[in-house]
Amino acid sequence: MDAVIVKYNAGNIQSVLYALERIGKTAVVTDDHAMIRSARRVIFPGVGEASSAMRYLRERKLDETIRKLRQPVLGICLGMQLMCEYSEENDTTCLGIFEEKVRKFDNSLLRVKVPQIGWNNIFDLKSELFESVPQESYCYFVHGYYASVGRHTIATTEYTLPYSSALQKGNFYGVQFHPEKSAGVGEQILKNFLSLK
Amino acid sequence: MLTKRIIACLDIKDGRTVKGVNFENIRDAGDPVELGAFYAKEGIDELVFLDITATIEKRKTWTTLVNRIAHHINIPFTVGGGIKTVEDVSELLQNGADKISVNTAAFRNPKLVEALAREFGSQCVVLAIDAKQEADGEWYVYLNGGRLKTETTCFDWARKAVDSGAGEILLTSMNHDGTKLGFALDITRKLSESLPVPVIASGGGGKMEHFVEVFTEGKADAALAASIFHFREIAIPDLKRYLLEYSIPVRI
Repeated sequence: MDAVIVKYNAGNIQSVLYALERIGKTAVVTDDHAMIRSARRVIFPGVGEASSAMRYLRERKLDETIRKLRQPVLGICLGMQLMCEYSEENDTTCLGIFEEKVRKFDNSLLRVKVPQIGWNNIFDLKSELFESVPQESYCYFVHGYYASVGRHTIATTEYTLPYSSALQKGNFYGVQFHPEKSAGVGEQILKNFLSLK
Repeated sequence: MLTKRIIACLDIKDGRTVKGVNFENIRDAGDPVELGAFYAKEGIDELVFLDITATIEKRKTWTTLVNRIAHHINIPFTVGGGIKTVEDVSELLQNGADKISVNTAAFRNPKLVEALAREFGSQCVVLAIDAKQEADGEWYVYLNGGRLKTETTCFDWARKAVDSGAGEILLTSMNHDGTKLGFALDITRKLSESLPVPVIASGGGGKMEHFVEVFTEGKADAALAASIFHFREIAIPDLKRYLLEYSIPVRI
């Protein structure tokens, strides 16, 4: 088995499983602590709201389990935001793996739509996660909150301002976009993650 | 930079694509999965699958198909047609749909959009509106696939639905649909400039310049078409290159 996908009260988890199957990889979706701890790699996906997701994780002590993982971990979208220190979405203390903070896109000054929905490019790529992924590649995003740019930023995207479209600290990786919906580019990123040791 | 999206719509009846499609490179263009995968490979940004049978008996066929699509397609897709309840949506999302679109049922039951947004998040709730401009110059909402006129204006309904939690508006102009003479630029621009959510323009796209117009003058966030793509009157890669020449940001 190539990866375990963390099951919790967030949407879109099935799509990640299907994407792995498309690239010939196997995974299981589970909230079992022992299975998550012993997995070769862990994917922490999710579309949803930060405070209810954190409450759910704490109630089941999944927050501690995730924080202590030593194998490669990939947070996707809400999963990545939950790995940050704090989210403005309902004033939520998150897992604190990345020091970056999550803020709401401000559309009061600029006429932009929030959430951002659609394909945007990723640049300043600096991680083995982006092996064979060209600078400025397009990925699919759906989000109203963003992680600021900081020392763990490994990819940047612009929407009203530059923000972290990917973060990395040691074995922990996070992407704001949806690799499972980002056509060939997304598949390459998932393959790269699944070849991390 | 966030790009403008090009969306292809596939009408499905009993699990098969409806409009006669003639593709050389596809074994079975009547199979929504094969056709969808072909478009994804060509660079379409999103797909909409619309169930035009949408009867209770066929529901199983439909969810099975949605699940197959989710397994095979590596870009986002929306599913619509006959959605009436939170349970309907839950089943479609569990089978891998990224978004769902609601139309008549949302108009008849004002609580539906709110319930869906609360349960699944606004990002997956697309409100589809069929609108027609009448002699008085005003755009009115039509229901039941354009067969039933209401006295509600398109703008009022769109605003109300967005306030209730709709995350995107899919606006089809009945005056323009099928004409191939261009999109409804005025109402598209009005919605797009007044509402905080993306607006997808539909109906009337016949030439590549129509797509330029709908993004520049119409301020659309996305443009949707069906038969001009299915009949290869416009190929996706050509359209995207054309838009780039006009400095419209698109994903290539």
